[in-house]
Amino acid sequence: MNAPVSIRRLRALCRKETWQILRDPSSNLIAFVLPVVMLLIFGYGINLDSTAVNIGLVLEDQSPEARRFADNLYGSPYLNVVTSQTRAEMEQALTAGRVRGFVVVPMDFAEKLKRPSDTAPLLVVADGSEPNTASFVQNYVSGAWSSWLQQRASERGETPAPSISIEPRFWFNPAAESRNYLIPGSITIIMTVIGALLTSLVVAREWERGTMEALLASPVTRTELLLSKLLPYYALGIVSLFLCVGVAVFIMQVPFRGSLLALWGIGSLFLASSLGLGLLLSTVLRNQFDAAQAALNAAFLPAMMLSGFLFEIRTMPAIIQGITYLIPARYFVTAMQTLFQAGNVAPILLNSGMFLVFAGSFFIGLTALKTRRRLE
Amino acid sequence: MFSRILTLIIKELQTLLRDRQSRTILIVPVFLQLALFPFAATLEVKNNTLAVYNEDNGRESTELMQRFSQAQAFTELLTLHSEAEVRRAIDNQQALIVLRFPPDFSREVAAGRTPKIQAILDGRRSNSGQIAFSYVQQIINAYTVERLASLQKTALSTLVVRYWFNPNLDYTWHILPSLIAIITTISALIITALSVAREREQGTFDQLLVSPLTPGMIMVGKTVPAMLVAMVQGTIILLAAVFVYRIPFEGSLLLLYGSMVFYILALAGFGLLISSICATQQQAFLGAFSFVMPAILLSGYASPIDNMPVWLQYLDWANPLRHFVVIVKGIFLKDIGLVALLPNVLPLLVISIVTLGAADWMFRRRLG
Repeated sequence: MNAPVSIRRLRALCRKETWQILRDPSSNLIAFVLPVVMLLIFGYGINLDSTAVNIGLVLEDQSPEARRFADNLYGSPYLNVVTSQTRAEMEQALTAGRVRGFVVVPMDFAEKLKRPSDTAPLLVVADGSEPNTASFVQNYVSGAWSSWLQQRASERGETPAPSISIEPRFWFNPAAESRNYLIPGSITIIMTVIGALLTSLVVAREWERGTMEALLASPVTRTELLLSKLLPYYALGIVSLFLCVGVAVFIMQVPFRGSLLALWGIGSLFLASSLGLGLLLSTVLRNQFDAAQAALNAAFLPAMMLSGFLFEIRTMPAIIQGITYLIPARYFVTAMQTLFQAGNVAPILLNSGMFLVFAGSFFIGLTALKTRRRLE
Repeated sequence: MFSRILTLIIKELQTLLRDRQSRTILIVPVFLQLALFPFAATLEVKNNTLAVYNEDNGRESTELMQRFSQAQAFTELLTLHSEAEVRRAIDNQQALIVLRFPPDFSREVAAGRTPKIQAILDGRRSNSGQIAFSYVQQIINAYTVERLASLQKTALSTLVVRYWFNPNLDYTWHILPSLIAIITTISALIITALSVAREREQGTFDQLLVSPLTPGMIMVGKTVPAMLVAMVQGTIILLAAVFVYRIPFEGSLLLLYGSMVFYILALAGFGLLISSICATQQQAFLGAFSFVMPAILLSGYASPIDNMPVWLQYLDWANPLRHFVVIVKGIFLKDIGLVALLPNVLPLLVISIVTLGAADWMFRRRLG
């Protein structure tokens, strides 16, 4: 009977696997070129900072009162105002997406304003097909509108205008640059890709090419087989993790406040779980095409949608929040955002680390179980 | 000629749908995504925790706190009593936003001056923070306007806000049409990218090449099955959007499916181009992935295209998904007509001609 791990055999297997990785230019591409390209796309392409929104203004009433209000819109740093004569023109622009909303000052605006018993309405139309931008439009216009009201009241000396100012202050990220929290999150996505997608193909490939039978006929044990599939890809992943962090810090100027040791620890745990997931799919499906599709659906999309990297987890319904607890990427996103921006916050890192240990052992353990069945 | 292409199409469909495992993998994820993503993928902020450090406790600040606690965005109100608690609440992500009322807040309001509330936000989630902050601003705005109105007896002016194409600003109305575009992208691209690579890896590509099929016919044979699969998936999502999520479909089905044909042609062009360069399935898959991910991220679904730097906006013109998201949303929600669609359909046409042409050239070069 064999010992579960023979160092000599393991080394030979790892060497074979490493050669296979190095020989294939596509592996180098995914480990070293793709992360950098993806980081650049994430860094420049995804920008959630509310830059000025294009809106239209239809002044059906040309009175001085209406102009005063319009001045407040023009003065807003959050709005790019285009003026038009007719509603129809603006309606077309809204449908085509050239403006995200428009404001109509109706014909009798100044007259109604004069009459003390009357209320002068203003119409705001926003493009609901982009809900996020639409609520920004509503917010910015109502801000300009209420400052117009207060200006008007205080100029006439009618009543002391009570107003409350509120001043936002973003901790860890004073300029509120979305890049600073999107980059740590996107490194998670990249690691998921490298971990799960690459390993999802490796065992399936051996089955498809018929080399699995040859391996099974050799004295290689289950543990050796698994380790030989995990270790070389782990090395590839960890190198590319540090490459990503380097690009983020030195090229994209995202501050990193945690320790490298913590990064290495948490990164290794996360890689273990995503390598494990890929290997599991590969072992179960035995077909590269199916395994690749499954890895995309089981690893990449959840990491993108359910990890809290882009979309707030607390907003999701309870059931889906429950599901996010099962997704390793969720913990890595939190840990990375904390490491980058807040530093070593022990409770968060420990909590994430613990779950990742659990997830990693689950996937690798299950793979081991499945591997044994096939061996018999 | 047609019977040859037809045979090839049937053969391709058989490889795709051959066994239960393959069929499952094409269909089950669509349903899973349909069930999960519409609720998950929103930039809305709901059910969050707002923490308040109130050093004032006067009438005005209490009134405001009550209004905050009634907002949908904040289901939980955490009361803090010291500077240290504020730090802990943000550090450990117990609250997204902390509001701090200064000691003289109520007196200042009563005196008609302008007191300052400090809002401390978690910069690790600065986007959600900004959105939550805008809710807080709205509440404060409404409060000051109401106070002003109560002093003047009748309201001077009102803002009437209408949201077109989505009256209740329901996020699922934005997500599901985009999902039609995104999910069809993934399968159409992977099927075309991997199909040739698979034949090459298994050695059957040479057999295809020595058959009387021309490279052009092989490309048609690889494109049509991908188109069928993508259309079935797209139809499933469309049906779910209309009948399960109850989103009214305003536009024309003919236009939707017509533009989908052009879209999948553009995708197949990219897929076959990747396939023509790659020797193994792994390479093809990684190639496909390197295309799909940026395409999804830069489609305007996750973050507005207007926010990108100008050079990237131009580069993004080559991204077929960016055009198709606009098309699907336009037809679905806005009932856009053919003429208004042209600025987005024409790029798809150009992209398909260029990529399919390039793929054809690559296949021929390998033959020669």
